[in-house]
Amino acid sequence: MTQAAAHAGPTLRPQNNAGGLVVLAILAIGLPLLPYAFPISDYVLNIFMNSVTYAMAVLGMVVVLGYAGQINLAQAAFFGVGAYAVALGTVDHGMSFWISVLLGMGAAAIAGLVLGLTTLRLGGHYLAMITISFQQIFDLVMVNWIPVTHGPDGIAGINPPSLFSLALTDKRAYLLFCAVVLFLLIWFVWWVPGTRLGRAMRAVRDNELAAETIGVHTLRTKVIAFTISAVLGGIGGSLYAAGFSYISPDNFSFLRSIEFLTAVLLGGAQSPFGAALGTVLIVLLPEWLRFLKSLYLAVYGLGVILIIVFLPEGIWGLLRNTFQRVRKPKAPMVGVVPALNFDIQTQRGRPLLTLVNLQKHFGGLRAVDGIDLRVEAGTVHALIGPNGSGKTTSLNVVNGIYKPTAGRIDFDGTDITQLTPHDRAGLGMGRTFQNIRLFQTMTALENVMVGGQRDNNPMEAGRDALVTRALSALDFVGVLDRAQMIVRNLPYGHQRLVEIARALAAHPKLLLLDEPGAGLNQTEKQELVGLLKRLRGHGLTIFLIDHDMGLVEKVSDTITVLNFGKKIAEGSPQDVLRHPDVIAAYLGEGPTGAAARA
Amino acid sequence: MEVLSNNLQVLFQGLALGSIYALVALGFVLIIRATNVVNFAQGDFAMLGGYAMVLFTVGIPGNPDLHIPGIGIHLPYWLAIVLAAGVMAVIGIAFNFGVYYPLRNRQFLPVLISTLGASIFLQNTVLAVFNPQPRPLDKLIHSEGITVGGVFLDSQYLVILGFTILAVAFQYFFFEHTLIGKKLQATSQDKDMARLLGIPVSLMIIITFIYSAVLGGLAGVLVGPILFVSIGMGSTIALKAFAATIIGGFGDVAGAIVGGLIIGVIESFAAYYISVPYKDAYAFLALFLVLLLRPQGIFGEKVSEKA
Repeated sequence: MTQAAAHAGPTLRPQNNAGGLVVLAILAIGLPLLPYAFPISDYVLNIFMNSVTYAMAVLGMVVVLGYAGQINLAQAAFFGVGAYAVALGTVDHGMSFWISVLLGMGAAAIAGLVLGLTTLRLGGHYLAMITISFQQIFDLVMVNWIPVTHGPDGIAGINPPSLFSLALTDKRAYLLFCAVVLFLLIWFVWWVPGTRLGRAMRAVRDNELAAETIGVHTLRTKVIAFTISAVLGGIGGSLYAAGFSYISPDNFSFLRSIEFLTAVLLGGAQSPFGAALGTVLIVLLPEWLRFLKSLYLAVYGLGVILIIVFLPEGIWGLLRNTFQRVRKPKAPMVGVVPALNFDIQTQRGRPLLTLVNLQKHFGGLRAVDGIDLRVEAGTVHALIGPNGSGKTTSLNVVNGIYKPTAGRIDFDGTDITQLTPHDRAGLGMGRTFQNIRLFQTMTALENVMVGGQRDNNPMEAGRDALVTRALSALDFVGVLDRAQMIVRNLPYGHQRLVEIARALAAHPKLLLLDEPGAGLNQTEKQELVGLLKRLRGHGLTIFLIDHDMGLVEKVSDTITVLNFGKKIAEGSPQDVLRHPDVIAAYLGEGPTGAAARA
Repeated sequence: MEVLSNNLQVLFQGLALGSIYALVALGFVLIIRATNVVNFAQGDFAMLGGYAMVLFTVGIPGNPDLHIPGIGIHLPYWLAIVLAAGVMAVIGIAFNFGVYYPLRNRQFLPVLISTLGASIFLQNTVLAVFNPQPRPLDKLIHSEGITVGGVFLDSQYLVILGFTILAVAFQYFFFEHTLIGKKLQATSQDKDMARLLGIPVSLMIIITFIYSAVLGGLAGVLVGPILFVSIGMGSTIALKAFAATIIGGFGDVAGAIVGGLIIGVIESFAAYYISVPYKDAYAFLALFLVLLLRPQGIFGEKVSEKA
């Protein structure tokens, strides 16, 4: 056990690069020391100051956009919240700089939390719109609420703080201080993706529906990501205000939000190093492109489109991909992995899942029209029926993706009709999808770890146990040697196995399989039958849909047949597949019906 | 009586302003339905329409910085409108090929960001050719307006309301009763199926962009005499138009019109009774409220993703 965990140690951060962190530490501390060694003009010092504080806001964009896949077009407003907190706190209200920074972070966090809670359940376009609105309202208030904000004139005379009785009034000293803060924040943002929360964020980004159904609280994850992003913006703004000692609403306009967005896209949204790189470029570009004069912003807009089209992963992504192509591929993972433990406590024969008069209507269409069904613990129960008979809809209702129009669902003695999909996963309901829904840019191991990190998973706490569990699940389905590969590079059949392993890592009491045989060739199907039989041998309860009668007949204990949203037959495979109604449903009433009557 | 006529006056202005939002929102919705893309440069179509009118009725002031000479062009107003509509059609085509087409197979986020880039590009290109000074456009009708029951009806507001009614009627006829309109609907509902039926989907999307650019441009022409033509005019209008589409129900045509009118009226009353500087904030507050209470909007239906 410990051996496997220890072995897995170096593999924990396949996406990241510790070497980069060291280089960055040298840069972060070294560059700000330059002004001490060489005489540097205030102008250059200001460029440094700009880069360092902007980079903090751009790091926030990495978390929200790069990791969690959510747009934020108000990062300048969050930056502004921090800046105004420090400016107003220290200049108007005589508060300490540090208290003001904390207030700024708090205010940014609250703003982020409120915005996130109201809109993140809608996601996408709504979030874009609401963040722009917030940005506009922020600007309006800063310009027009003159008694409090000083209006368009802005606030001057913001003093840098003192730290341990060491005054940072020397611009060089203050810059060094900010660089250290930036370095810590980069470390933090670099550390996040490998954590439980970070994996959840990336899972949401790659496939929100799958993340929700395997137990990720997607809304909470998005709100946290958004709030972290707002706080990082707030920190950047606080330090910016004291760095330039003067702020006005112009510094926090919508265009600045777009600048932060462009910086993260240009550098590479997936990486804090990319963010830092992108920020430096965005600060320097206007200086380099002075010859464009008034056309600069037009070219800049064009640049945004070109980056999106030609550099989808940013400069850092491009560098990393090139580097990975040159570098030798990682050796496949070997080592002792403990056998997958199933931990089945339910007694065989007890009803595990009960559907009572379940209905799901879409407008006038009765996709599921009053189904009663019992899945007994320890059995493999198949749901079959012609196309459009309501199989997948039933599965989606059981799973919580759809709320039923009427009826009730009991799972292991609990009424789960009103529960969200992630709550159902937290009770031990696992699932795979017909069109495989893996987290495409994550490794097989990480995919399975997300499955294993559901609520109430009966296993040891801690990362090592989770990695071990995930490796065991991969080993059980037979793709352990693919653990380190990004799943989108795996062949289709392996992807399906990884998806099953992802469900198994969660100790499911019930496994829902949506057409597990779809798209597999004959050999792969036989392997799948073997796998399902092994699962049944371990006492796992399985509820599956498939079109392949051969497969269904080989693995099922019970078959339920649906037609037009209603149950038309149920029983053992032998009985059901010979049932005249079933034959009629599949082949049509026509000659067969006539022949039967004759 | 005084209070009533004042309120009617405010209501009338709100409806006229709301019509502009509704026109831009209609363009939004058409593009959303055809391509699933929210075009954040939609408002800039209005801005471009306004500047096209400035170009054809006044000319270019010139920018010595970039060696652009000043040119005076003084065409008749009606001809200028026709030419402006032509310019907008060309811009619609260019937008399709430059901004949407290369990204048509990507997810919504890259496309959204690309339209934001397009917005910055368009605004600043216009800024480089014209100067930042806002410009008034002439009214479409020379009369000032008429007074009915103590309410002064400004002629331009009447023109805006009339044009909006015409545009909505035309759009209804076009989409429901012409073959090309039906093809456009088919494209927006299921591209793959439309393609199998032999509908040229790419062409349909180009037509959508043309239509939506011309509609936006005309909204800019109409609003020019009231709000002045300026570089930033499009952003403000677009945000409210987008708020209108959400309030009405995302992607719903009737919802866009009703949402636009609602926002215009709210804004106009709030500016009259509460405070003018925050005029632009009320639409967003209304939007927050709608998202909290009825996120699917007035006409919207709740939809869930298919697994």
